[in-house]
Amino acid sequence: MTLNETDNTLERRETFSLEQSQVMSPSVMFWRQFRRHKAALVAILVLTIMAFMCFFAPVIAPYEFDAIDLRNTKQPPTLKHLMGTDELGRDLFTRVLYGGRISLTIGIFAALVGTLFGTLIGAMAGFYGKQIDNILMRFTDIAFSIPTLPLLIVVSSFTKASLPVIVLVIGLLSWMATARVVRGTILSIKEQEYIIAARMIGVRNGRIIFRHILPNTFSAIVVGATLSVGGAIITESVLSFLGLGVQPPVPSWGNMLQDSQTTMASKPWLTIFPGLAILITVLCINFIGDGLQDAIDPTLRGK
Amino acid sequence: MENSMTLYISRRLLQMIPLMIGISIIMFALIQAVPGGPEAMFLESGRFIDPTIIESYRHRLGLDQPLYIQYFKWLAAAVTGDFGLSFSTSRPVSEMILERLPATLELMLMAFIFAAIIAIPLGIFSAVRQYSLLDYLTTTLSFLGIAMPVFWFGLMLQLLFSVKLGWFPTSGRITVGDASLVDQVRHLVLPGIVLSLLYIAGWSRYMRASLLSVLRKDFMLTARAKGATERYVIWVHGVKNALIPVVSIMALDLAGLFSGAVITETVFAWPGIGRLFIQSVYSRDYPLVMGILMMGSFMVVFFNLVADVVYAWLDPRISYS
Repeated sequence: MTLNETDNTLERRETFSLEQSQVMSPSVMFWRQFRRHKAALVAILVLTIMAFMCFFAPVIAPYEFDAIDLRNTKQPPTLKHLMGTDELGRDLFTRVLYGGRISLTIGIFAALVGTLFGTLIGAMAGFYGKQIDNILMRFTDIAFSIPTLPLLIVVSSFTKASLPVIVLVIGLLSWMATARVVRGTILSIKEQEYIIAARMIGVRNGRIIFRHILPNTFSAIVVGATLSVGGAIITESVLSFLGLGVQPPVPSWGNMLQDSQTTMASKPWLTIFPGLAILITVLCINFIGDGLQDAIDPTLRGK
Repeated sequence: MENSMTLYISRRLLQMIPLMIGISIIMFALIQAVPGGPEAMFLESGRFIDPTIIESYRHRLGLDQPLYIQYFKWLAAAVTGDFGLSFSTSRPVSEMILERLPATLELMLMAFIFAAIIAIPLGIFSAVRQYSLLDYLTTTLSFLGIAMPVFWFGLMLQLLFSVKLGWFPTSGRITVGDASLVDQVRHLVLPGIVLSLLYIAGWSRYMRASLLSVLRKDFMLTARAKGATERYVIWVHGVKNALIPVVSIMALDLAGLFSGAVITETVFAWPGIGRLFIQSVYSRDYPLVMGILMMGSFMVVFFNLVADVVYAWLDPRISYS
C-alpha cells in the first residue's frame, strides 16, 4: 500500500538514466514487485517456520503424539506443556505439530490434484474450442451447480477414510474454478496475433501450446493453485471436524476440534490452538497468493 | 425493453432445464455409487436379515428394474417434488424438508442482511478513503474472514459470548417456554454473525475494488467538471454504478449461504435443513440426503439465474441478445 511512492521513484530514476537502464527480464521484474508486498514476505517466513516445525515434528516435539499421561490430564498451557494437555494427558503442542503434517500434506496434494485436473479440462476446452469446449463447459457448469460442501460430505461418508482418498475427493471437487480461468486465459491468448502468425507459418499445434500458450497461463494457474491450498486445508478441517475426514488416532487440525465443543467451557485451549494453527496457515497462504497475483499481473495493481 | 427482458428470462429458464437434467443424472449416479446400494441401511444394521426380505424390499423400491427405468421413475417423481420416503422416519422427504426450511431461511436471511449492511458501507468507505487506517483495517479483517474456518469461528464466538460472558444462548432457536421476539433474536445473533463472516469479507473487498475502478473512469471527471458536489458525485454516479457487479455477486452467494448453513447449524444446533442434512448423512438416510442435495442444487442454479437477470436489469448498457 505504499506502492505509490516507490513507483514514482522508479519512474524518475528511469527517466534520468535511460542509457543506464537495464533490460529486466520478466522474472526479475516479478521478484522486484513481489518483494514490495510486505505481507507476503512475512507470510512466507511464518509459513516456512511452521512447515519446518511440522516436518521435523518427530525431532522437535517434546513428547510422542499418542503418549498418554494420565497423571497430567486436562492441563492448561504450562511450561512443561506449551499448549496444555487433552483429556488423555497427550501434549497438545505435539499433536498440533503432528496434525500439521497431515493437514498441510492433504492441503498441498489436494490442491495439486484439483489444479492439475482443472488445468487439463480448461486447456482442452480453451484450445480445441467449439464442440469440445461446449461439452466441457456444460460439464463444468453442472459441477459448479451442486453445492460443494454437502456433496463432499456425502461422498466422504461412503468412501474409505484413508489419506489418498481424502486428497482425491477434496481435489476432485475444487477443479472448476481453475478450469474456467485457464480456459478464459487460453481463449484470449488464442486470438492474439502472434499465435495466428505462428499458425500461419506452420508451427505444429503441440509446439504452439508449449512454447506460447502454456507459459502465459502459468501465472493464472500458480495463483489459483496457491489459493486452493488454503481452501483445501479448510475443507479438510471441516470434514475431519464432522468426523468424515482423517480418523483418530491420526491427528489432524480438524479432528482435534472434533470433540472440542463439549469440552470448550472447561478446556478452551483444546479448541483455540488447533483452530489458530489453521487460521494462521491459511492467512499466510492467502497473503502469498495475493502477493503473487500483484507481482504476476501488473494490470491488476493499484486496485 | 420489457419484451427483450422477458425473452432473456425465458431463454435463461430454458437453459436451466438441461442443466438440471445433468445434475439429476449425477445425483442418481451418486445414489447408485453408495456401497450396498440404496438398501444399504438395512445391510448395515448388523443383524442377519433374511435375503428374501431384502429381495422384497428391493422389489418394492423398484431396484430390480433396469437402471434407466429407475432413473426416469426417480426423475418423474422428483419433478413433482416427491423424493420418496425417508429411511429413518418413513415420512415423505419433501415434508421433512419443508418442515425445517423456515428455520434455515431465517438464518440465511439474517446473515445476508447483516453482511450486506456491514460489507457495502465498509467497502465504500475503504474505496473513498483509500490507504487510510479504515481501509487498512478493512482489508486485514477481510483477509482474516476468508482464512478463518467457519466452524472454528463459531466455536470461538460460542466460547466468548455464550460460555464466558453469557450474553447469548449457546444453541438452538428458541428457549423452551419463551418464544418472544427478543428471545428469537438473541438466538439468531451468534449463528447469523458466523454465517455472514465469509460474505462480509468477500463483499467488502469486492465493493471496494468495484468502486475504485468506477472512480477512475472518465465519466466521473465529467460529473465533477459539471460542478456537482463531491458527495453527490461519489454516491449518485460512483456507488450506483459500482453496486451493479456487487449485487450480482451477492445473489450468487445467496446459494453459497446454504453450504455455510450446514456447518453453522451443526455448531449451534440450529434446527434447520443443514443440520437435518448432516444427521441424514450419519444415519445413511439416502432419500433424505438426495432430496436436500437436489434442493440445494436447484437453489444454486436458480440464484445464478437471478444474479444474471438482476445484473442485466440494473445495467442499461447490456443488451439482451
